[in-house]
Amino acid sequence: MEWYHRRMAVLTVADVERIAALALLELTDDEKQLFTRQLADILDYAQQVQAIDTSGVPATAHVHAGQRTERDDEPRASLPVEEAVANAPDANADAGLFRVPRVIGG
Amino acid sequence: MVQQTARAIRDDIAQGRASASDVCRAFLERTQALNPTLNAFNHVAADRALARAKAIDAQRAAGASLGPLAGVPIALKDNMSVRGMRTTASSKILDTYVPVYDATVVQRLEAAGAVILGKTNCDEFAMGSSNENSAYGPVRNPWATDRTPGGSSGGSAAAVAARCVPVALGSDTGGSVRQPGSFCGVIGLKPTYGRVSRYGLLAFASSLDQIGPLGRTAADAALVLSVIAGADPCDATTAREPVPDFSAALTGDVKGVRIGVPRTFMADGVDPAVLRAVDDALATLNSAGATVVDVELPHAKYAIPVYYLVATAEASSNLARYDGVKYGHRADDAKTLREMYSRSRDEGFGPEVKRRIMLGTYVLSAGYYDAFYLKALQVRTLLRRDYEQAFEKVDVVAMPTAPTPAFRLGDKTDDPLQMYLADIFTVSAPLAGLPAISVPCGFADGLPIGLQLTGRFFDESMLLRIADAYERVTDWSRQSPAI
Repeated sequence: MEWYHRRMAVLTVADVERIAALALLELTDDEKQLFTRQLADILDYAQQVQAIDTSGVPATAHVHAGQRTERDDEPRASLPVEEAVANAPDANADAGLFRVPRVIGG
Repeated sequence: MVQQTARAIRDDIAQGRASASDVCRAFLERTQALNPTLNAFNHVAADRALARAKAIDAQRAAGASLGPLAGVPIALKDNMSVRGMRTTASSKILDTYVPVYDATVVQRLEAAGAVILGKTNCDEFAMGSSNENSAYGPVRNPWATDRTPGGSSGGSAAAVAARCVPVALGSDTGGSVRQPGSFCGVIGLKPTYGRVSRYGLLAFASSLDQIGPLGRTAADAALVLSVIAGADPCDATTAREPVPDFSAALTGDVKGVRIGVPRTFMADGVDPAVLRAVDDALATLNSAGATVVDVELPHAKYAIPVYYLVATAEASSNLARYDGVKYGHRADDAKTLREMYSRSRDEGFGPEVKRRIMLGTYVLSAGYYDAFYLKALQVRTLLRRDYEQAFEKVDVVAMPTAPTPAFRLGDKTDDPLQMYLADIFTVSAPLAGLPAISVPCGFADGLPIGLQLTGRFFDESMLLRIADAYERVTDWSRQSPAI
């Protein structure tokens, strides 16, 4: 197939580490090696879209983009606090708060 | 009993020929007997289902009017929220998650009297084409247990094919209802984007995701779609388009219907047995009065890269919510907030989900956004225009649902790109937002084959009408696996 004859997409382990940091994923060394190879394969294949002439073509992010969805800004019933925190790994239901490790200083 | 369609079950219960409780017990027994082999269900909610069935029987005894699905057992893909029922999306990260509210489809099904039997196995967060990305193991195809049922709604398709339920719901982002429908020999319908509310569906790619029915007949798919379709204030992307009575479209008549076939697009890489079955189906529809002409979809060959660029970009954003704070898995003993986020996500997500988050993050990142993501959105427009032009000449576009029958478990797990390429015929309808259906149209070596029809915006009626007319003159959908 034609896309195989083009230059392979260059993707390094350092790229994968950078993306993983952006995506908040802590990858093992094995995962980094595997994803470097697999993502390079996929991106190399995906590069074929770059050869298509799209000058002046608008983007479709959403097929019903024109639909109006406003409603009156009135409060409605919502989840009680104890239900909203019911699935949290660590919550204080009485205070209605999620507990997390220290964010500042330490 | 378990061979009955949803419509027949509904009528039998309404007219007192069967009780909802007996129906429920029969399907539960079948499910409990087959699930150890098929692994189609993540969770069977037997007590809850029996209580619901008993309530339907009490309603009937009291002379109350019954809903259009009263007493019909149904299974839901495990990415739809049911209040109080564990919902995992087949991911370790949601292993203990119990929703505190119902999805809109759940509210509507239960208001119509449907009895939810349980939650079906799927690829993790609906990401996959073989059901092998589930944290709870793959589903097995009822027609050949060494084969995949397809994905990502593999459990729903297998459950319907094996008569564990008459109907089920799946979700379709790039083919996840239609391709398992094809692999398991049942009807799978992806409605028009916006036809069915996504409220309570665990999000994968929000501009593509759509919930749809799986069943053994077009009439059952029409019945379920009529119940779940329609505008919903909880999902701003639902369309205000009126919902027709889809069952009324099933006239059995296809005279004058124009079917377009993108021959050029189908020229490469399709199993000859699949092509033969699709050609035979088109010849049958032609004999029944439909006309069959060639159409061109010049950009359809780019649909795979466009789909995997768009869907993964949206997924990387949608799955940012799984961070170990509000719900789901949290890593132990993290010292900082950032470490807690990263380790929780690494421990909780499986390899395919990580791969897609990584790919989506990459194509949205500075320097690659224009070359990949924006470019894909522009080609998406060209693909929509291809369909618009085709629909000037024809009412539906026909092609195979999948290039091959069900492949063997393990065949493509080492090579994600090969797995993605198997989605070639299903990814373009969701990119264009159009409705599409897979209809059983034959077998190759005992494995089902599906014919896919794609229709105009909000014209599910045409798809169901053709599928129903085809069923009446063939017997593929009455075949039953030996399991």
